[in-house]
Amino acid sequence: MLEIITSPISFFILLSLFFFGAFGSLLLRKDDDSANIWSSFFAIAGSLWGLLFSVATIISEHILAFVVKGSPFPLLSISFNIDLLSAFFIFIISLIALFCSLYGIGYVRHYYQKYNIGALGFFYNFFILGMLFVVTASNGIFFLIGWEIMTVASFFAVIYDREDQENVKAGFLYLVMTYISTAFIVAAFLLIYKFTGSFDFAIIKSGVGLLPIGVKNIIFLAALIGFGVKAGIIPLHIWLPAAHPAAPSHISALMSGVMIKTGIFMMIRLFLDILQPIPIWWGIVVLIIGIISSLLGVLYALTEHDIKRLLAYHSIENIGIILLGLGSALIFSSLSMPVLALLSLVAALFHTLNHAIFKSLLFLGAGSVINQMHTRNMEEYGGLIKYMPQTAFFFLIGSMAISALPPFNGFFSEWLTFQSLFQGIIILDSSMRWLFILAVGALAFTSGLALACFVKAFGSIFLARPRSVEVAHAKESPLSMVFGMGVLATLSFLFGIFSSQITFLLEKIGHSFTIFQNMPITFLAKNNQGLVVKNGFASVSGLAFLVFFAGTIIVVFFIIRKVVNRRQKIKMGATWDCGTNLTSRMEITSTGFARSIVLIFKAILKPSIQHEIGYHDSESRYLPKQRTVILGVNDVYQTYFYHPLHKLVDILSLRTKKIQSGNINDYIFYIFITLLVVLFATL
Amino acid sequence: MTIFIWTIQFIFIPVASPLCVGIIKKIKARLQNREGASIFQPYKNLWKLLHKDEVISSDASWIFSLAPFIIFSATVVVGASIPLFGFFLKNTLTGDILIIVYSLSIGTFFLALAGMDTGSAFGGFGSSREMTISALAEGGLIFSLLTVALISDTTNLFAISGSIFGQGQHFFSALLAFSGFFIVLLAETSRFPYDNPDTHLELTMIHEAMILEYSGKRLALMEWASANKLLIFFALGANLFFSSGLVQNAYAYTIILGIVIFMVKIFIFCLVIALIESSMAKFRFFRLPDLLLVSFILNVVAIGLIY
Amino acid sequence: MLKLFLKIFKTPSNIVPLLNKDSDQADIVVVGKKIENKIKKLFRGSLAIRQIDAGSDNACEQELVALSNSFYDIERFGIHFVASPRHADMLLVTGPVTRNMAEAVKRAYEATPEPKIVVAVGDDAIDGGIFKDSYAVLGGVNSVLPVNYQIPGNPPTPKKILFSLLKILENSDKKPVLLK
Repeated sequence: MLEIITSPISFFILLSLFFFGAFGSLLLRKDDDSANIWSSFFAIAGSLWGLLFSVATIISEHILAFVVKGSPFPLLSISFNIDLLSAFFIFIISLIALFCSLYGIGYVRHYYQKYNIGALGFFYNFFILGMLFVVTASNGIFFLIGWEIMTVASFFAVIYDREDQENVKAGFLYLVMTYISTAFIVAAFLLIYKFTGSFDFAIIKSGVGLLPIGVKNIIFLAALIGFGVKAGIIPLHIWLPAAHPAAPSHISALMSGVMIKTGIFMMIRLFLDILQPIPIWWGIVVLIIGIISSLLGVLYALTEHDIKRLLAYHSIENIGIILLGLGSALIFSSLSMPVLALLSLVAALFHTLNHAIFKSLLFLGAGSVINQMHTRNMEEYGGLIKYMPQTAFFFLIGSMAISALPPFNGFFSEWLTFQSLFQGIIILDSSMRWLFILAVGALAFTSGLALACFVKAFGSIFLARPRSVEVAHAKESPLSMVFGMGVLATLSFLFGIFSSQITFLLEKIGHSFTIFQNMPITFLAKNNQGLVVKNGFASVSGLAFLVFFAGTIIVVFFIIRKVVNRRQKIKMGATWDCGTNLTSRMEITSTGFARSIVLIFKAILKPSIQHEIGYHDSESRYLPKQRTVILGVNDVYQTYFYHPLHKLVDILSLRTKKIQSGNINDYIFYIFITLLVVLFATL
Repeated sequence: MTIFIWTIQFIFIPVASPLCVGIIKKIKARLQNREGASIFQPYKNLWKLLHKDEVISSDASWIFSLAPFIIFSATVVVGASIPLFGFFLKNTLTGDILIIVYSLSIGTFFLALAGMDTGSAFGGFGSSREMTISALAEGGLIFSLLTVALISDTTNLFAISGSIFGQGQHFFSALLAFSGFFIVLLAETSRFPYDNPDTHLELTMIHEAMILEYSGKRLALMEWASANKLLIFFALGANLFFSSGLVQNAYAYTIILGIVIFMVKIFIFCLVIALIESSMAKFRFFRLPDLLLVSFILNVVAIGLIY
Repeated sequence: MLKLFLKIFKTPSNIVPLLNKDSDQADIVVVGKKIENKIKKLFRGSLAIRQIDAGSDNACEQELVALSNSFYDIERFGIHFVASPRHADMLLVTGPVTRNMAEAVKRAYEATPEPKIVVAVGDDAIDGGIFKDSYAVLGGVNSVLPVNYQIPGNPPTPKKILFSLLKILENSDKKPVLLK
């Protein structure tokens, strides 16, 4: 049975389900409803099949590597290599796509009569298809084809709501940044081709000794920049906060939860699998990037009052945390400590999975809220918990998961990351030790600041009194949206409780790497109750905590409500307002909530404040009529990094333009010089 | 016998924490030349509050109603998972330093949400200040606990308290880590110089501002939870850094001895806190991050000194 | 710093003791609904007072502030002042209720959970005092809230307020004769 499920035919069924979903939806574009149902049905079917396929592959440890014959180009071979790491990422893609598709059935109704639903279904299915190609391709050029499909499909999804010019600008920025990244990736593959003679990953892996060390370092830098742009590391992240909010919410969830992980996937594949053995400074660079991304990501998230931009910056922060795990894995592997490297890799993979789940949960919740309120500005929300109770509850679970509160899944993956960094502090020598201490500090501060940010987000959106009249018109989302969010919240909870089983499977995945293959012992002991780091250094149990905590709440509740003072009466009154009339303007706003932290970190964030005063009489300027205060955060990346680059490119092109003199004698002269040079070169 | 020990471990913190608060208030009163309330006054306060009715704002949601139970339970769970009088209890399930820190964060999370829930101006800015301090204090807390964990080569609290006894060579490291821990203790338990627990001026409140809307039983739970948190931090400070009084065996007389020694250590902590509160003023809010950064640096230096 | 701490030990205790004959100092007028014995028993161990200034001339407030100093030390009886009416058991209202403060006083009363006691302190709060019949005042707390006790005086001395509060709670007959 498992043999059939994990065969190539099964994989092609998976791909074709999405393919049919795409084309069928385009054919049905005249009728919004049937296009929506068709594309969602095939996406759900494809995701379910993908889940089955990936779980079967992981459990049976059956690696699938095959080539489709008959490719028209000599260097392009349509070869797939689905090993355990790819299967894990197929699992993540399918899981999130399943719930986003379920959510989308209800969500896309919002776009009926406005835009072409058939086109949306087409691009959605091709987006997932592109991601599947990216994680399973075994040939460099085929990989690039999958990368392109993924990029172009997501670009069209980002600019889908094209009435808003901001979305179109965001899509353009996204496209430019992605093509820059593709250029770097192509450069890396071309360099590999020059020295190993092939684009096939399997052949490259066996021929990695042919790469001289200098070229290997250049390949590392090119791949880091290329895949880093996709993953959203700082300072290459500027497209992320613009593009993720612009797309429809279920696609934002997929982009933020899964697409940026494909960058991580290729980094793992290249640095830990194909290009081994690696020098130590690669791991150090990745670790430092992780530190910077996580801290800066959460600090920028605190300055935001647009809910989707806030969530986009949190994706950057969590990619930073994943890179902390990945960086320490690279460092341990280059110091020949495979046991610890496996621990770090398991931490990074677990956080990838967890982040996909809770980030998509949060994006879907945000999408529900935006659907009802027609604005992304958090300052106009407030009190939505009374109008959208289920959405509020699931958003609360997502907030608790992303802030790493036990017993949800975020805590356990951060715990594993902490443990791998702790082991680094113990074992490594002095210079590396300080780097790991810095990394632990970054992780500790990041989780504290993320907690503050989600108190701000949840409080501004759902609690207190409404800050605008729109809130009164808000209703709970349709069942498909609530169901999608609910299952994700349950998964977030279950993955936390059963984290030991999940890490067992992840260890199996890690073991499939060549560098970890001959390891007899692992650092994580198998324990059905919780996670245990071997030699008794650390242990924690999610199940025990849950039982203890829930039990205590129930006991306390019972004693306080039913045993002590049963005759207590609870009266509903007004909020104590010191005698004045409380309006919604007197509540704390999300900008005000985070302002203290922004001012504390003002050297990094560079906040700005501008006052404008309009007077009744502009000559005497005595009685003000209107006062405007504009609070902002200076965009340092545009000012110090991208604008100078832009200006440099401009200057260079202006200089080069001088060749185009328009004089035909000059052009004949150029042809003559070229002819001479070519003649001399061949002789 | 084990059940008896576990029962004591479980209920010790909730039972003893109001006494701690009472002792601090009494010492402060004596230092002000007043007579002061009796040291059992907080128990009487809690008893009275449990017998009063409640008024709940109509703007509040279920988070406001449930938060006191969640916060109180989080402190009880943490209180049962830390070494109090003996390190022979092998709690490998919830006795890890990280789960202690993050369980206390659950309490902070819900407290801040409850402060924002009623839409009063005081609760909102109280939550904002609390989250600012707490975000920065978490780093210092994890680091100070990490220092003792690295000294004793384990992150399980019971094992740390068992092994640090007699670690002469790392004494200076542990002392530096303790000073970092003490600064964070003052931050997390809302004491001077971060917050004045007796203030009546809302503009100067941090912790009090978030519980201004609570009354009756829920107020009792919130005040009790804050007292629990105080005793938990005292217990962590006393038993992880100065663990010489913890007992190793589980006989009746050793347990009583352990409890007595623990109470003596707590009394010393109460005395120090009362002396600090009587001799210094609260800091301006934007000086507090500097203080927390000092704590962080002390801990980093302590870790560096271990190796 | 050390001299400061030594000074604390050297200063003799100057607390006003609670003598039996001083219980005549208490001067309360019972108005309105009688507080049940059960409620007095509940508040005997711990009483939270919220003081409301309903437009007073601050004379009574000065005397109330004096209650927390080291001479009168109201805390030794378990009585403490709180910031929010939600935490309060007793509302101590001073001042003739001015028109602007009428609504605020009513809201504070509604924000206080049951069981509660309302005490009007000072002649102004009882019937308007020196501001009686003015257009700006509503003439005593009785016109806006159901007052339970009144403490007359303009302003009443802290000793009088202290003993009156203890008499309201019927605390004095439970304590020994000489209380330091």
